[in-house]
Amino acid sequence: MVSAFVRESPRKAVALAQLAEGIGGVLLELQGSATVALKLAEAGFVPGARVRLVRRAPLGSPLEVEIDGARFSLRAETAALVMVQIHA
Amino acid sequence: MRDAPAAVRSYALVGNPNVGKTALFNALTGLHQRVANYAGVTVERREGDLSGVGVPVRVVDLPGVRSLVPRSIDEGITAAALLRSGSLRAAVDGAVVILDATQLRRGLFLLSQILDTGIPCVVCVNMADEARAEGCPVDTEGLSRALGGLPVLATSALRGEGIAELAACMRAGIAGHGKSTPLAHTPGVNITTDASPARWASIRDAVDTGGFVQQEAAARWRFAESIMVHVRTATESSLRARSDRIDRWCLHPVVGPLLFLLVMGAVFQGVFVLATPAVDGIEMLFSIVGAALRSLMGAGLVLDLVVDGALAGVGAVVVFLPQILILFTCLILLEDSGYLARAAFIVDRPFAAVGLSGRSFAPLLSSFACAVPGILGLRSVDDQRERRVAMFVAPLLTCSARLPVYTLLISAFIPKTSILGFLSLQGVVLLGLYLFGVLLAFFAAGVFDRVLRRAAALPLLLELPIYRFPTTRAVALRLVQRGGAFLRRAGTMILGFSIAVWVLTTFPRPDIVASSAIEKAAALESSYAGQLGKVIEPLIQPLGFDWRIGIAIVASLAAREVFNSTMSVVYAVEESVGTLGDAKLASVLVNAHHDGGSGPVFTLATVVALLVFYAVALQCVATIAVVARESDSWRFAIGQFVAFTLLAWSAAWCARQTCLLCGIA
Repeated sequence: MVSAFVRESPRKAVALAQLAEGIGGVLLELQGSATVALKLAEAGFVPGARVRLVRRAPLGSPLEVEIDGARFSLRAETAALVMVQIHA
Repeated sequence: MRDAPAAVRSYALVGNPNVGKTALFNALTGLHQRVANYAGVTVERREGDLSGVGVPVRVVDLPGVRSLVPRSIDEGITAAALLRSGSLRAAVDGAVVILDATQLRRGLFLLSQILDTGIPCVVCVNMADEARAEGCPVDTEGLSRALGGLPVLATSALRGEGIAELAACMRAGIAGHGKSTPLAHTPGVNITTDASPARWASIRDAVDTGGFVQQEAAARWRFAESIMVHVRTATESSLRARSDRIDRWCLHPVVGPLLFLLVMGAVFQGVFVLATPAVDGIEMLFSIVGAALRSLMGAGLVLDLVVDGALAGVGAVVVFLPQILILFTCLILLEDSGYLARAAFIVDRPFAAVGLSGRSFAPLLSSFACAVPGILGLRSVDDQRERRVAMFVAPLLTCSARLPVYTLLISAFIPKTSILGFLSLQGVVLLGLYLFGVLLAFFAAGVFDRVLRRAAALPLLLELPIYRFPTTRAVALRLVQRGGAFLRRAGTMILGFSIAVWVLTTFPRPDIVASSAIEKAAALESSYAGQLGKVIEPLIQPLGFDWRIGIAIVASLAAREVFNSTMSVVYAVEESVGTLGDAKLASVLVNAHHDGGSGPVFTLATVVALLVFYAVALQCVATIAVVARESDSWRFAIGQFVAFTLLAWSAAWCARQTCLLCGIA
């Protein structure tokens, strides 16, 4: 479903949580409360950063996310706030 | 603010989590370390003296942080020390900022904030050996140039490389300020130049940020990027590739959880197999020492205090050490290797259902050794609501003090039959008690989570570090530190309360000196503890417990396993050594009858009720005290104690009634 979406509009923002495993892109913006956004921003989740969904945990959440070479576990609900532009 | 001009300089070690800060601290100070608490808060203050000859320098190990905007108490300490505000105004004279050579950019974010505080600092690029192994040695000169001439050193704390140079640099004095980032002069944006608590609170609670703080974060990452272009560094890590190959299995949707269960099973099996002989040895040693003291000093009240109060108290503490140290060793190995972060990744989803997260996994795992270090470990949980929930349920996990009680009752009353031909019934019951604790903890967390006021939750953001081989030295040092923390925090409480229990069981003293076991049992019956047991007897009668068990329950508050030694006094078991004594006690309990000979005390239903009671009740003064301190609320601690006592009573009653209904008497 995601790939179909991407084919139609490759330049549109997609939530990190929606990506398929192994797919990455450039971070566009953080949504959600300032508290959450700040914590993410301090870990490197800032606009322009390269971000990739590495894998999902066995039960679908959390996600393993790569940001600028470091790896973090992030819950799906948090990853839904991270808007990404997928590499063309 | 220093008391004398010639005062010893204090330098803080500061860095992101997982940069090897503690290893560096250990390498710099060796065993010249002290642990105290920061005034007013419960964060441990780890200090040491620079080892070797020369100008004395104090080294302060600050908790690892990602940024100077604090969320947990730990992070607040680091921020306050570096901003030199409040009671930590004069805590440190300068900082050693530690960066991970394999992840320079991440450290530069924190460094940019520290530069803007204006505190004198040097930069230490740790794990230099790993960067070199990847064919990309750290460009310290380039980094130093890009940072405006700030001294930059390369170290490998685990291999001891560069430690002497860093020590020499600290002895010479840290004076360089480096150039502050462009952000330092932007009003309204820079958080670090405004250190007022109100400003912090507003940032933390995101009241008035207006996106400034996010903008600042983005600007700091740009600063980090601008430095990185001057530094030759590894872009793609071969170590990460190796980690990924391991994770293909460790985090595999099917293999991953199975491997996790296997690892946990191996840890617990290892703890049981390895700890049992050591525990037996320690018990034997203490009873031999006690007997020797007795024969040397003769009878008397002082001797009784020494042997039955103090020595027994010390024994009650030391006897936990094998289990606790072995479990701690496993935990440290898992943590240092990087697997613990993966385990947290796997368990996060089920934990989320009851208001916990992967963050609480490691502290809760150490609660299987002892709830006290487990609760202390919860300091690293930045979400305060989750921290409360985890603190609430940690005492339900089967700690090592429950095990002797379980073992005694199971060996005495659960038949040695096997079920399905290969499973020992006794083993199944023991495993069942562990699982009961786990399930109950989950259930209680879910309930408590819904009781708590819903506050803004901090998102889970756990780093998954590269797998590394733990080094013996690093593991040993941390084991000493954690074991020491247990002895200090739990040991002293257990010892103190053991002596209090001795007073309760000894006074008022009978006119004649009790010498035989029967006389001692009679003396106990008339003591304060005996009277107390009789007072609470009506309360515990519905559970099938008599006043003797009542005494043991009260005495268990020192440490649950005191149940065993109290029972042997109550039932006048002649003193004997080690495991032999347990076997003797077991047979005495089997034959114990109610006063007046109306049937056995320990029917199977009563034993089941007793086991359930011990699985639930919070009979541990050390835990209560630690919860009160860590939650900063006696109300919370007392409430937890009362709640668990009521729950234990109800659960035991239900268990007993179920047994009776099923015709098990």
